[in-house]
Amino acid sequence: MVDESVGNQKRHLFRDTIKPLRKSLQPRLREFRFSLFLMRKSLLALVGLIIVIAMVLLAIFAPVLAPPRPNADPMQIPRDYELPKPPGAGGHLLGTGLLGADMYYGIIWGSRTSITISIFVVVTATVIGLFLGAISGYYGGAIDEILMRVTDVFLSIPGLILAMAVAAVLTRSLENIMLALTVVWWPPYARLVRGQVLSVRESTFVEAARAVGAKKSRILFRHIVPNSLAPIIVNMTMDFGVVVLVAAGLSYIGFGAPAGSAEWGKMVSDGQEWFLSTTVYNGQEYNPWWMVTFPGLMIFVFVMGFNLLGDGLRDIMDPRLRR
Amino acid sequence: MAGDPAAAYNQSDRPLSESARLAINERYHLNDPVYVQYFYWLEGVVGGDWGYSPTARMPVTEAIAKFFPATFELTMISILIAIVIGIALGTISAVRRNTPADHATRIMALSGVSLPIFWLGLMLQFIFGFSLKWLPLDGRYNTILSLQHGNRIVEYTGFRLIDTVLNGNWTMFGDAFLHIILPAITLSFGTIAIITRIMRSSMLEVMNLDYVRTARSKGLPERLVIRKHARRNAMIPTTTVIGLSFGGLLSGAVLTESIFSWPGLGRWSASATLNNDWNAILGFTLLAAFIYVVVNLAVDVLYAYLDPRVRLE
Repeated sequence: MVDESVGNQKRHLFRDTIKPLRKSLQPRLREFRFSLFLMRKSLLALVGLIIVIAMVLLAIFAPVLAPPRPNADPMQIPRDYELPKPPGAGGHLLGTGLLGADMYYGIIWGSRTSITISIFVVVTATVIGLFLGAISGYYGGAIDEILMRVTDVFLSIPGLILAMAVAAVLTRSLENIMLALTVVWWPPYARLVRGQVLSVRESTFVEAARAVGAKKSRILFRHIVPNSLAPIIVNMTMDFGVVVLVAAGLSYIGFGAPAGSAEWGKMVSDGQEWFLSTTVYNGQEYNPWWMVTFPGLMIFVFVMGFNLLGDGLRDIMDPRLRR
Repeated sequence: MAGDPAAAYNQSDRPLSESARLAINERYHLNDPVYVQYFYWLEGVVGGDWGYSPTARMPVTEAIAKFFPATFELTMISILIAIVIGIALGTISAVRRNTPADHATRIMALSGVSLPIFWLGLMLQFIFGFSLKWLPLDGRYNTILSLQHGNRIVEYTGFRLIDTVLNGNWTMFGDAFLHIILPAITLSFGTIAIITRIMRSSMLEVMNLDYVRTARSKGLPERLVIRKHARRNAMIPTTTVIGLSFGGLLSGAVLTESIFSWPGLGRWSASATLNNDWNAILGFTLLAAFIYVVVNLAVDVLYAYLDPRVRLE
C-alpha cells in the first residue's frame, strides 16, 4: 500500500514536472546542438573558442601551473632583485623582467587579472545598458530624450581619454580602472539595446502579449528584452577582449595595477625600461626583448580569441544566416 | 580624490608651505564648493582662460596651441595611410571573396583590432629602430642634424613636413619624414583594420545590387564596374566609420606619442593625468570631445554630398 502511494507520487513528479520540463527544453537543446554544429563548421570561430577556453583554464589552474610562494600575495610576481635573465636561464622558463620578476609566473597569473577585468566591466556595462536602453526604447518620449542625450555626452569623448580622465580622479588601483572602464563602456550598450527594443517592439508577438493584457514591465522584460539579446551577446563576446586591450593601455600609461603585479599591460611597461638596453647573464650580453614580447603576445592572443569567437557567433546567431 | 590639488601647482622639490597652499587655494578657488568651482571653470573656458598647466609650465590654451600641430600632423598622416590601405584591402577582399587573399585580409583585419597599439609600437621601435637601425628611434626630428641644418627653419604652420618644404630644406624634410614613419604606422594599424572590415562588407552588399549587374551586362570591363560603380557606393558607409574611427585615433595618439616621445597633445595629456594636472586633463578631454564631434559633423555634411538621397529627404 505504502509503496504504491510512493510510486504514485513518483509518477506524479515525473508526469507533472520532469516530463513538461524535458519537453520544453527539447527545442532549446536542439537549437544548442545545431549551434555547436555551426560552430564546428566555422574554423575561425572554433579557433577563437579554443583560445578562450585555454585562457579560462590558465586562470583556473594558475596555482598549479605556477605555484605562488607561501604567505605571499599570489597576484604579486615573485622577484629575485637581479638583472633580467634570458628565457630558460636559472629555471625561469620565459626569463625574468624588471627587478628579476619571473615572466612565466606573471603570464600565467595575468590571465586571472584580465578575465576579472573583462567580466566585471562587460557584465556591469551590459546590465546598465540593458536597463537604461530598454526603458528608453520602450517608453520613448521625454524619458528617451533625457537618457539618450546623457548617453550622447558620454559617447562624445573618445574611450581611452574619458577612462584616463575618470581614472585620474580616483586613486591608482585595478578596481578603479574597472570602474573607469565601466563608465566608458555602458553608453554603446544603452544605444544598442534601445535600437533593438525599438525594432522588436513592433513585432506581432508583442502585440499579442499586449492584447492578452500583459503588464508593460512584463512585456518589456519577458518578451522584448530576451528577443533583443542576440546582437548584445555578440557585442559582449568581442568586448571581453577589447576591455582587456584598453585596460592594458591604461596600465601601460601608468594607471591601474601597482608595480610588480601580474598584469600584462603593466608587465609591458615594466619591460620597456630595459627594452633598448643590455643585460648581462653568465658573461654574455642580451637585449631583454622577452620582457615586452611575451606579455604583449598574451594580450594579443587573448583579445584575438574573443574577437574570433564573437565574429563567428555573429554569423551563428543571425537567424537570416542560420538556415 | 587622488592627491592634493594644490600640490599639483608645486614646481619645486620641497613640499608646499602652509602659506603657499592657502594662497594657491585662494587664487584657484579651491576652497569653494565643487559646483561653484565648476562655474568658475565654465566661465574661464568660455572666456578663453582654460587654467594653468603645471606639467607644461604654461597656460592650457598655450600648451594646446604648442602641442596641437605635432598631433594633428601625426593623425592626418595616419588616417591617410589607413584610408588608402583600408579601402584597397577591403575592395580586394570583397572582389575575391573566399580566396586566400580574402582570408589573409580578414585575419589581418581581426588581428589589427586585437593588437595592443603600445606593444606594436614598441616592437616596431625595437626591430626597425634599435636592431636594424633603419629608422630613428623616437622624437620628431634629429637634434644634431637640426643644429647643423635646421636652425634657420621658419615655422609657418607648425607641421614639420610642410614647414621644411616651404623653407626648401630637403635635408630636414627627409629627417622629419623618417621620424614620422613608425608612429604613423603604429597609429594607423587599428584604423586600417576597421576600414578594411566595413569596406569589405559594404562592397559585398553593393556587388549584389541591380545596377552592378546592369553595368556588367552592358559589357563594361570588370575593372570599371568595380571602380566606378561598386566602390563609389560602398564608400558611403565607410565614410561614417572613418569619422567614428577618429575617436580611436585620438585615444591611440596618447599611447603612440608616449612610446615614440612625440611632442604632441597625447604625450602631454598622459603625463598630465599621472601628475594630477587637472586643468590639462579637463582641457585635453574637452578638446578631444570637440574634435571628435566636429569631425563627425563634417562626415554628416560630407554624407549629403556623397549620397544625393540624403539631400532629398
